[in-house]
Amino acid sequence: MRELSLHLLDVIENAIEAGASRIEVEIDEDVARNVLVLRVADNGRGMDEETLRRVTDPFFTTRQTRHVGLGLPLFKAAAERCNGSLTIASQPGKGTEVRAVFQYDHIDRAPLGDMPSTLLGAILSHRACDIVYRHRVNGQTFEVDTAELREALGGLPLSHPQVRAWLEDYLREGIQSLYAETAEEHSHPSER
Amino acid sequence: MPKITSVEELRKLREKVQEEMATRTETGTTIIVGMGTCGIAAGARETMRAILEELKARNIEAHVTTVGCIGMCAREPLVDIEQAGKPRITYGNITAAMVPRLIEEHLIKGNVVTEWVVGRLPTDQETH
Repeated sequence: MRELSLHLLDVIENAIEAGASRIEVEIDEDVARNVLVLRVADNGRGMDEETLRRVTDPFFTTRQTRHVGLGLPLFKAAAERCNGSLTIASQPGKGTEVRAVFQYDHIDRAPLGDMPSTLLGAILSHRACDIVYRHRVNGQTFEVDTAELREALGGLPLSHPQVRAWLEDYLREGIQSLYAETAEEHSHPSER
Repeated sequence: MPKITSVEELRKLREKVQEEMATRTETGTTIIVGMGTCGIAAGARETMRAILEELKARNIEAHVTTVGCIGMCAREPLVDIEQAGKPRITYGNITAAMVPRLIEEHLIKGNVVTEWVVGRLPTDQETH
């Protein structure tokens, strides 16, 4: 995939298919430790040990429509290509957690890419669920919980065009502000 | 960004939208974008974005939603258009660049873009 956010969208779609009502999406960019961690945790139906063992095998899928499942194998390969790893923990009836670690400055590491569009894709899913988005860049955090937004909206859906547009701007500004603060810190080393 | 501001902004937006909704009619159009691994890798997220932007630019009311893979991976990005009383049409290999024509032909002029069609589901009346 050209962007890591596309892998995240893929894993989020898995969580939605697993019947999750709440999905946590976490991004932790730690430049000092040279580590990027991506984590998606859901409260969906989870997997038994046998399924969990086979889930990164490209010739295994839960789908009836085709015989291959490339989502997790591709994500795993992307992480391992960058001196990282992909781990999956799951419990039937409880949920699943996918955690991918990347060497931050590895030459093969794809950019994070367009996270607002990824989150929008999840919010527009045919199966409604809440998303908690937590994005950390060098210790600064931006967090959104769609459950809180939903409460403020009353009965108005998040997918309503005007709400969606607002949410997209909000996400874009929130994520951008994380990098702006980091850039400022780096541009004035003598003052610190 | 402070949370309080965001929730406050949303409340205001909600009031504004609810006023507008009272004066608007539903068109009964649903656009479905395939968002499985195959769709995502083929650019479905960008296709979805293009659809949202085109609808906004032309001020068209339609429900846009995403679904998983339906098994036609080679034809991704797949876009289904469903309109009340008409057969559901599945279009294949719809890149973001093709979206303006698709919206104009199908939603505005009411013509099916036959060369892009990969499937057609009859309406409920036709099946019974």
